[in-house]
Amino acid sequence: MSFVTVTDVFQSYGRRPIIEQVNVSVDEGEFISIVGASGCGKSTFLRLLLAQENPTRGEVRIAGAPPAVEPGLDRGVVFQRYSVFPHMTVRENVVAGESLRRPWGRFFGADLKAARTRADETLARCGLDHVADQYPATLSGGMQQRLAIGQALAAKPRILLLDEPFGALDPGTRLAMHDFLRDLRAETGMTVFMVTHDLEEAFKLGDRVLVFDKPRWDPQDPSLNGATITYDFDARDGGIPFQTLKEDTHVLQDNG
Amino acid sequence: MRAINIKPSRPLAVFLTVLPFVLVFIAYAIGSDIRLTANPSDKLLPAPSTIWDTAVRLTTEGDRRSGRILFWHDTWASLKRLALGIGISASLGLVIGLMIGLLPLARSFLAQFVAVLSMIPPLALLPILFIVFGLGELSKVVLIVIGTLPFIIRDLSQRTIEVPQELLVKAQTLGASSWVITLRVALPQVMPRLIQAVRLSLGPAWLFLIAAEAIAADLGLGYRIFLVRRYLAMDVILTYVIWITILAFLMDWTLRAMSRKLFPWAEEGL
Repeated sequence: MSFVTVTDVFQSYGRRPIIEQVNVSVDEGEFISIVGASGCGKSTFLRLLLAQENPTRGEVRIAGAPPAVEPGLDRGVVFQRYSVFPHMTVRENVVAGESLRRPWGRFFGADLKAARTRADETLARCGLDHVADQYPATLSGGMQQRLAIGQALAAKPRILLLDEPFGALDPGTRLAMHDFLRDLRAETGMTVFMVTHDLEEAFKLGDRVLVFDKPRWDPQDPSLNGATITYDFDARDGGIPFQTLKEDTHVLQDNG
Repeated sequence: MRAINIKPSRPLAVFLTVLPFVLVFIAYAIGSDIRLTANPSDKLLPAPSTIWDTAVRLTTEGDRRSGRILFWHDTWASLKRLALGIGISASLGLVIGLMIGLLPLARSFLAQFVAVLSMIPPLALLPILFIVFGLGELSKVVLIVIGTLPFIIRDLSQRTIEVPQELLVKAQTLGASSWVITLRVALPQVMPRLIQAVRLSLGPAWLFLIAAEAIAADLGLGYRIFLVRRYLAMDVILTYVIWITILAFLMDWTLRAMSRKLFPWAEEGL
């Protein structure tokens, strides 16, 4: 059975439909890239996955649990900006990933010590151990995003949602972040949804690429129709999945 | 070179900072000198030396009747009222501001109400306060609270609303309850703003304090100024005015220094 199931989801703001009839199911551990033109409901779809918004029709289920009505521990998120708490140091930010669920939002005594040790391990993995006591405002954009990912993973979510996480980064940092994210995923086997504008990034990182677009377009009233998933590419093996031969063809195999 | 690109060197900057103070002092000294040469017993613009002598007398010599140095008693009485008023305003403003900013229910319930309340001129309520709370300390403190609270509430609720939605969602995905979000995300982010709002409220707070003291009090800086007005004792009035200015400036400076020290992550706008 699939891990994340989106069944017949519609979302409209007022009378304006944003997305229509979205059906998709995702297995555990898949990396889903979501692309599409601006205003085609990618971010709305992510907010629905996050349960920040509730669909007007249809439902989103994670691991068979009843549809969530508000964001919770099972979904981790990293936004393009404002993903870390500016008033906490880098280490406190990672500790917060575990401690905010407590009644007072913090750890005390031995728990705090243990959480700090775990946070330092996470920071070392994110390459941020040398800035553990600084405030996020002093970090570069790439470091802030690494921190945001580390913080989200510290809470051990079922799925990780990334909303254009590298959109504000320069190309070099972006490439470094791709490697970082790949390593992290290889380690954790996390189910990831990533919205991006960058097609290359989408195919490079994703196992599947979902394309959001409007299937019908009314020239008189472009906002009449909502968008839906128009393509669902298999992006493994560099986007050419059929390169891996599944049957014995006895043709051109005997090169070696 | 364009005027906007001309930056003063360090000594020039210090000189320019001091200059207006010196100019005002010189202008006053000249004006006072002109009047005093025309009429040595003129009371309107006492000479700076007279003001200094008065200041020394006020701060060191006791009252002839009670032996108390009234200057310090006045200061203490006024500061107590001010601190109490501002303290109550800040605490209430923080709690209500956070509620309006974070809870849509509280926003619907209170935001417009506070907006309307803030339009009432507080001084127009002063007679009511005197009638309801009597002429004692309570009515003065309540006037300061009424005068500064709506502004603090509106400022803090606005700042709370401006906390990026992303941070609130992020906190929810980390399992935070509304209470934890208030305590660990919203509260620390509006605290620098609270200090800022208190700094901006100090001006009105002094205004309300002096107005209330002028009308009914038996001790206090504002009371003293309005008392000696009857004797045209400009030297005393000026001493008190300068003292109030120094106090207000020191409070403002202390609050700013505190904000910088306590909230190093909020560098902008302090």
